[in-house]
Amino acid sequence: MTRWREAAIPLALAAAVLAVPLVVKNPYHLNVAILVLVWTTLGAAWNIVGGYAGQLSLGHAAFFGIGAYSLALTAHYWGWSPWAGMAMAVAVSVPLAAAIGAITFRLRGPYFVLGTLALAEVLRLVVLAWRDLTYGAAGIMVPEIFPGLSRAPYYYFIALAAIAAVGTTWWMERSGFGYYLTAIREDQETAESIGVNAAWYKNLALMISAAFTALTGAFYASHLMFIEPDIVLSEPVSVQMAVVAIIGGRGTVLGPLVGALLLVLASEIFRAQFQQAHLLIYGLLLMLTILFMPGGVLGEIQHRLRLRAAPRPVIGTTFSSSHESSGQREVG
Amino acid sequence: MEFLAQLPQNLVSGLLLGGMYALIGAGLALVFGVMDIVNMAHGAFIMVGMYTTFVLCTRLRLDPYLGLLVTAPLLFGVGMLLHRLLIERVAHASHMNQILLTLGLSVALVNLVQLIFTANYQQIRTSYSDAVIRLGSITMNVPYVISFALATGITLGLYYWLMHSEFGRALRATAQDPMAAQLMGVNVRRVQSVAFGLGMALAGAAGALLTPVYYLYPTVGANFGLKSFTMVVLGGMGSVVGAALGGVTLALAESVGQMLVGHELKDAIGFVVFLLVLLFKPAGLFGGQRA
Repeated sequence: MTRWREAAIPLALAAAVLAVPLVVKNPYHLNVAILVLVWTTLGAAWNIVGGYAGQLSLGHAAFFGIGAYSLALTAHYWGWSPWAGMAMAVAVSVPLAAAIGAITFRLRGPYFVLGTLALAEVLRLVVLAWRDLTYGAAGIMVPEIFPGLSRAPYYYFIALAAIAAVGTTWWMERSGFGYYLTAIREDQETAESIGVNAAWYKNLALMISAAFTALTGAFYASHLMFIEPDIVLSEPVSVQMAVVAIIGGRGTVLGPLVGALLLVLASEIFRAQFQQAHLLIYGLLLMLTILFMPGGVLGEIQHRLRLRAAPRPVIGTTFSSSHESSGQREVG
Repeated sequence: MEFLAQLPQNLVSGLLLGGMYALIGAGLALVFGVMDIVNMAHGAFIMVGMYTTFVLCTRLRLDPYLGLLVTAPLLFGVGMLLHRLLIERVAHASHMNQILLTLGLSVALVNLVQLIFTANYQQIRTSYSDAVIRLGSITMNVPYVISFALATGITLGLYYWLMHSEFGRALRATAQDPMAAQLMGVNVRRVQSVAFGLGMALAGAAGALLTPVYYLYPTVGANFGLKSFTMVVLGGMGSVVGAALGGVTLALAESVGQMLVGHELKDAIGFVVFLLVLLFKPAGLFGGQRA
């Protein structure tokens, strides 16, 4: 198979995603499509760390929120254009990821998960308390990146971001980087013993993931035109990112898209019934997924196909096979 | 000077809250420390305990402290059922899948309660809600004092029971080595169900005791959930007594710390302590003896 044929399906899919506003004119439907792509991008970003590298982060709201506040604060205090604010969001998120990685990657298993959760919570509380800078719980207005009535430019922007994020994982699956991350996920000690610099690759994965998350955070803030800590920095944001990727399929390229489609559409359908409790569906689907198909929708499909086809080395989901090295106390 | 003047009051408040934190920590220690199940729903269980007590108070006009006698056994039963239906299926799976399953359970419980009771803040009032005891310059809310006394009693009773009953021995044996315990004739599956049920009952009891002194809202458990891991880690894994002491320590650290960093950052203290302990003193402050 030539490289071009290998790339044909992804390119066709990308073109189809970009063509949506030509067909969908209804503003409500377009907004739902924007939400699907916001969560696809976030799920894909989370997937790099949580899926491929197997580091279950529940603190990604930190990057999302930092992205949103970067745009909001630079516009509010310095009059920056939202585009410059967006660049700032990405620029700030990478060192933040390095700092968070330096702390949390020293923890293993459940302690890593709780550590990421704790750090993001601390950040939320600080933003909430630092009212002189952030206006705290009162929130802050955010300028639009595309002034005007049409939502189509927003759609094109987030579609490109989603394609970039999903494309990054597509490229990762075909690169040494992706194999290193998978090796770290499956057995970090063995990976290190054959010369994989686990600390560096995990940090690199987190920085890439954080950059996409912060970009989406800045976009989302501008799309919403208003943010406050509980919208962009709270635990449910982190949980939703993880759940999108997990239900679609951890460590699969298109898993986040499938997960985002399922979850966003389900919450829209049940919006009238559940109102503010729309995360009920996330909780229930997460439980069902873990109990009956821990690899997620695409992980399960891949698993079934692989049982039929001749075995071929794929960076895939081994989440159904249980015992990972998460023994008693693996700290430091 | 002002700091020193306020210190005694804050220490007493911290100690009173610490009684309830001890109960919360002990409950998670049973499930996470002893049974090695990473339970992300502990905070949600506390919240369920609070709302159960709230319903008993407002609908049946039951005193919140009498409600404890209903809430705790009820949550014990629900906990055993949850163990059989859900937790048991991932008990031998990776920690990650345990985390995700219990996280899903937590999200589902929080949103279910939000659906039923809305996200509004609620509160229960009793005839003694505003009563205070004065000791010199220190004032203590009567409900706080009752909650503290009951929480301490339950925690000590639990400890005594674990150390001196046949079931306590079976539970400690199962925690040390489930296989060996099974070979010695312990019904390991039953012990694990009971331990999980007990963990949920303790969370429910803590919730019941918090109801007279706290506001209720569906996400009230979120902070308690993460904090309860702090208590267990402070106490050294696998020690119920350690976690209880960890709870008291955390409550004291919070009430003294908030004098320095302000009320709004009070909750951050527990999370920072959590990270510091994990990074620099992973064996906890109170040794690692299992009990």
